[in-house]
Amino acid sequence: MAISYADSRALAEVARARPSERGGCVHCGLDVPPGMVEADAIHQFCCGGCRTAYDILHEHGLDRYYEFAERRGAPVRFTGRGYEEFDHPTFRELYVRTRADGLAEVELYLEGVHCASCVWLVERVPLVVAGVASMELEIRRSMARVIWDPSAVTLSTIARGLDSLGYPPHPFRGVARDAVRRREDRAMLVRIGVAGAIAVNTMLAALALYSSWFGGMEPEYQRFFRWISFALVTPALLWPGRVFFTSALAALRARTLHMDVPIAIALVSGYVQGAINTIRDSGPVYFDGLAMLTFLLLVGRYLQQRGQRAAADSAELLYSLTPSTARVVGADGSIRDVPPQALMPGMIIDVRAGESLGADGVIVSGQTRIDSSLLTGESRPGAAREGERVFAGTVNIASPIRVRVDESGETSRVAKIMRQVEESARRRAPVVATANRIAGYFVAAVLALAAATFVAWWFVDSSRAVDNAIALLIVTCPCALALSTPLAVSVAIGRAARAGVFVKGGDALEQLATPGRLFLDKTGTITEARTALVAWDGPQWVRPLTLALEEGSSHPIATAFRMAWLDVSTTAARDSVHVNGGGIEGRVDGHHVVVGSPSFVHARARGAARAIDPSLTPVLVAVDGEIVAAAGIGDPVRADAPASIAQLRANGWTISLLSGDAPSVVRTVGKEIGIAAESCTGGASPEAKLATIEAALARGAVTPVVMVGDGINDAAAIAAASVGIGVHGGAEACLASADIYLTRPGLSSLVQLTEGATRTMRVIRRNLAFSLIYNLIGAALAVSGHLTPLVAALLMPASSLTVVIASWRARTFDERST
Amino acid sequence: MSVLYIVLPLALIVVAVAVAAFVWATRHGQFDDLDTPAVRMLHDDAERKR
Repeated sequence: MAISYADSRALAEVARARPSERGGCVHCGLDVPPGMVEADAIHQFCCGGCRTAYDILHEHGLDRYYEFAERRGAPVRFTGRGYEEFDHPTFRELYVRTRADGLAEVELYLEGVHCASCVWLVERVPLVVAGVASMELEIRRSMARVIWDPSAVTLSTIARGLDSLGYPPHPFRGVARDAVRRREDRAMLVRIGVAGAIAVNTMLAALALYSSWFGGMEPEYQRFFRWISFALVTPALLWPGRVFFTSALAALRARTLHMDVPIAIALVSGYVQGAINTIRDSGPVYFDGLAMLTFLLLVGRYLQQRGQRAAADSAELLYSLTPSTARVVGADGSIRDVPPQALMPGMIIDVRAGESLGADGVIVSGQTRIDSSLLTGESRPGAAREGERVFAGTVNIASPIRVRVDESGETSRVAKIMRQVEESARRRAPVVATANRIAGYFVAAVLALAAATFVAWWFVDSSRAVDNAIALLIVTCPCALALSTPLAVSVAIGRAARAGVFVKGGDALEQLATPGRLFLDKTGTITEARTALVAWDGPQWVRPLTLALEEGSSHPIATAFRMAWLDVSTTAARDSVHVNGGGIEGRVDGHHVVVGSPSFVHARARGAARAIDPSLTPVLVAVDGEIVAAAGIGDPVRADAPASIAQLRANGWTISLLSGDAPSVVRTVGKEIGIAAESCTGGASPEAKLATIEAALARGAVTPVVMVGDGINDAAAIAAASVGIGVHGGAEACLASADIYLTRPGLSSLVQLTEGATRTMRVIRRNLAFSLIYNLIGAALAVSGHLTPLVAALLMPASSLTVVIASWRARTFDERST
Repeated sequence: MSVLYIVLPLALIVVAVAVAAFVWATRHGQFDDLDTPAVRMLHDDAERKR
């Protein structure tokens, strides 16, 4: 049934009218808050962002957006940023390519992309912003490729356009790597396609040959089919199959053995004997088996590569989200955005509350509190005032400051730590996967067996000695053996990613399968890395009075009170006075209330000091001149931590805390989650963490040493450990050096990960056993001289198929424990 | 049976053409993104007629 254009217009009108009839926002369909309802307007909006987006679409004739059944069910959260740093020369150098036709091209990672209508909207940006030649969105990675005319429009204008539609753009930091990967992926796919087509056609020719045994084919045609198979299999080995030969040669040259060596031996010996038999016009040819082998092995390799790529990609996209801008104050007081890479010593930068610093420097104006937990692991934010040094990677949490940059880029403290990270990653010994370890013995055993077969048959029937020895080499080609690990690992990695665990390499899973030593960072890993009310010692009636006073403050401690007492109702406070670095006093319900640090409160009220755990920041409350309550502010332990720790320990892991925070704080947290004081190390610098990990590695050669952390201070230790794990909300440096990244807060995914790794290893071992059994059967047949090409052609795919099914059905990571 | 001498090479030529087409498509990025085009074809381009 065709719908005319006029009909579709009418439908659009209806679709557009409907949301406002039921009171929802026209743009996103969510409920309109009472304060935003405009009584006489046709269109209602839940927020300014949705209104702006609607106006833009309407103005450019893009109302058809509202016909989509599936639209974003979230308000447009536009940042309203200027994106000036997108026009900076340094930014252009880093991310933008100039095309041959004079247009510029960039890849941007968009936030907020999640459905089909987003593709439609983003790809119509060229209609909204003049000068954009094309915009293509890849929905799986939320990546937009933008091509525009730099003489007609600036990139910041395009970025602002995307932002106002609700898709804040971020530069993608893996552009160079991305191009290499794309090339590799395409080459791999071409090889698989060619190998597959050849394998199927060789099988057809082989089928004719096999059936000739039953019917009786004239020798003339048999010869023809042999030559056809020969002609087909030659390019399969020379082109797609070449990867096995080059990698086997590389392994031999490095004097190591891995899976590709026995594969190459089987392919070469089978091909040479088949060629000789074709020319001699007698004896078996194994061409169909060889072609099938090449195809299956390539598919296995591709699957493994793709699983790891997807996980690595997701982690990379996450760190594209870290801020890409710094605000530089010019000589005339004007402020402009530049990329952090463009900061130079001597510049003055403006850092608002909640932003992270882009360079090291000295505060020139303002005073604030700095959260350096990502850099040092310290959980308590420290006060910083004019003249003090602050470092890149720390976060300004209280009030705006201006900083004169003295070290930026390569010379900043973060960069120095990062160099250490690279260093320790380089030093780490490569892990030899189980399958490759087996390969060594395998090659030796097969070659010995082939030699024995040859010698034995030489005395029995010398004309069959060569045939049988070569049949053995072919049938023992470790196809299933080589497939078993990649398949099990890629299935596990795929399932893990769905559970929020990104595994960047298969060897990490293999390492985690055996329990070893586990080092946990405290801040952000075990605790929530935020200021919260942890202890309260005082009567109930004081709470509303305290809260009333804190209600009007934006200080982190005030926020902690508000978050903890959401259910306490209050009245308004009057005459409240904030004293910086001290506390607040004011009048609530006729009482004079003082809340603040002990020295501040003691100066204004009488009463005994109340004892609060020394690891917490104490806050006292006085009412009408009498101290009545004490609160402890700290960093609360994640709710699932004690249970997860207990579970990990039950599975055989030895757990230690390794933190940069004060030793007393680390011990208190350790006690809370059941870790003995002697396993808790506090006050550890990044260097000390690295040394601890390296010492642990030197002690135990067999069991893995695992480091879990979130900060820049953990990055070097994470890179050095046998398996490094980064947790939710961590710093970019830490994500980059980790083998595994947990996207969900809390430690339960760590339990899930280690248990999943153990199950994956079990699947791999079972697969290896399966394929070895098949190989034994084949070897027995070949040694006894009963192996015909038909049996070989049946045995090899059967073994591979068993492994594929066993891997696919294995429950390595299920959503049970999330 | 001698028809095989003509049919089989012909069949192989057809296969070669198919493989060449596949290689061409891969090298031109047809398999780079398998998710978005499935979504994109649902959007007709009526707004360009205006």
